Amino acid sequence: MTTTIPTLGYADLRGLMDLQLGDEKHAPSATSTLDVLWVLYDRILRIDPDRVDDPDRDRFLLSKGHGPMAYYAVLAAKGFIDVAALRTFGRYDSKLGHHPDRNLVPGIEISSGSLGHGLGIGVGIALGLRARRSSGRVFCLVGDAELDEGSNHEAIAFAGHVGLDNLVCVAVDNQSSSHGWPAGIAKRFALEGWSTATVDGRDHRALERAFTAEHRGRPHAVVAVVESKG
Amino acid sequence: MRERFYATAMELVDGDERMAVVIADIGEAGMRDALRAHPGRVINVGIREQLMIGVASGLALTGFRPIVHSFAPFAVERPFEMLKLDLGHNDLGAIVASVGASYDTAVYGRTHEAPEDVALMSALPGWRIYVPGHPSEADEMLRAAAVTDERVYLRLSEQSNRLARPITPGRLYVERRGCDATIIAAGPLLDATLEATADLDVTVLYMTTARPFDADTLHASLAGDLVVLVEPYQTGTSSGEVAAALADIPHRIAAIGVPNVEHRKYGTWQEHNAAHRLDARGIRARILRALSRNA
Repeated sequence: MTTTIPTLGYADLRGLMDLQLGDEKHAPSATSTLDVLWVLYDRILRIDPDRVDDPDRDRFLLSKGHGPMAYYAVLAAKGFIDVAALRTFGRYDSKLGHHPDRNLVPGIEISSGSLGHGLGIGVGIALGLRARRSSGRVFCLVGDAELDEGSNHEAIAFAGHVGLDNLVCVAVDNQSSSHGWPAGIAKRFALEGWSTATVDGRDHRALERAFTAEHRGRPHAVVAVVESKG
Repeated sequence: MRERFYATAMELVDGDERMAVVIADIGEAGMRDALRAHPGRVINVGIREQLMIGVASGLALTGFRPIVHSFAPFAVERPFEMLKLDLGHNDLGAIVASVGASYDTAVYGRTHEAPEDVALMSALPGWRIYVPGHPSEADEMLRAAAVTDERVYLRLSEQSNRLARPITPGRLYVERRGCDATIIAAGPLLDATLEATADLDVTVLYMTTARPFDADTLHASLAGDLVVLVEPYQTGTSSGEVAAALADIPHRIAAIGVPNVEHRKYGTWQEHNAAHRLDARGIRARILRALSRNA
């Protein structure tokens, strides 16, 4: 079931991000994901902070581990981590590093930071859930620059080939790839048999529609376009 | 060892719904029946070794016990960061079973050789590294690994000793006791080491678990102040482990193994063993030289 804590909502997220100091370099990276993360955790994901080991839960993977301030803010708003912990961000003993660690925070599904790992793991989780006939789904967030890593394309091609329709890849596009994707990110996924949608990454209704679009028999890619990193 | 591995892996996935296999084309023929019988959890991802490890990690996250299989360069070197992060840093278990060893398929050249595999895997924390010297030992180690959730690297080789030993995973096996030196022979180099030392008064320890290194048995079995390591992979791979195990005892270490040079020869593994002086004659010459410095 989707968890909602009425006392903390979207309007609180910027304040929760501001509690996390020390990684200002990745502030644009964090902000680029904010609305996608909120819509996923508020409207889409079937997860419960009190049942983080539910085998049939949806899985969210922050493959692009950079700038997790928005991720931690949403997790705090939704009751997965204490708000007070946000102030410890990046400290030696903190559970909240500049890249997330699943072994330190229940509810974080994978440890990430080095780019190009999450989607491959996500394919494995989706295969595992399918083998178990679970209703759980996998949502994996990557960045447009992260897609430069070749490992992603191993995952994109294979997931399309085997029709992993319990897998959704969310590509947050803030145009930070050095050489860009001239034909468009969605086309790369579509070539491998994915269903695709390209939406305004700040438009919550558009994101929700994209995440809930029918994609039977095919994995689904949602390209969430946000303002350029600059 | 390779054919035995396929048969045992098939038996394991047949008998336990928790077992899974992930390959990247290599081994497709050997695993064909398993691929057909269990398409949901015996998976060929194509020639995508990074994905192979990622998929294994994802399967582990959903409660499966994955076996990953390929040639050593493609199971270890190509996806090394995935081994480090997808499995290691995420603290997930898997069995990585390689074939080809250092240069079993030497005719293919350097691209298919990986004498660095054990050294590389040793650099990652939390891995058990098995170097069986006989198909039966490999079989036993695979079965032992299957019932755990550990990260296990199983190095399979075409090279084999004539007889299997009653090994215990994790322990050195005391093959022979003597007085003048302690020889540690790893995996399939045991037979050559025994031939090389047949008339020497030395202790021979047989190592099939390279990591964690069995310091206790070495300590308890030590003969003389000379320890000779005979390993079928990169020279000195276990020297640090021996030094750490004997930090409180004056000792010398002589390391015999595959030299860390760029290999540009083809041929057979037998020719490579001879060229690297890893046949009985070469091993004997180097042990005698090390012993002569004892005097």
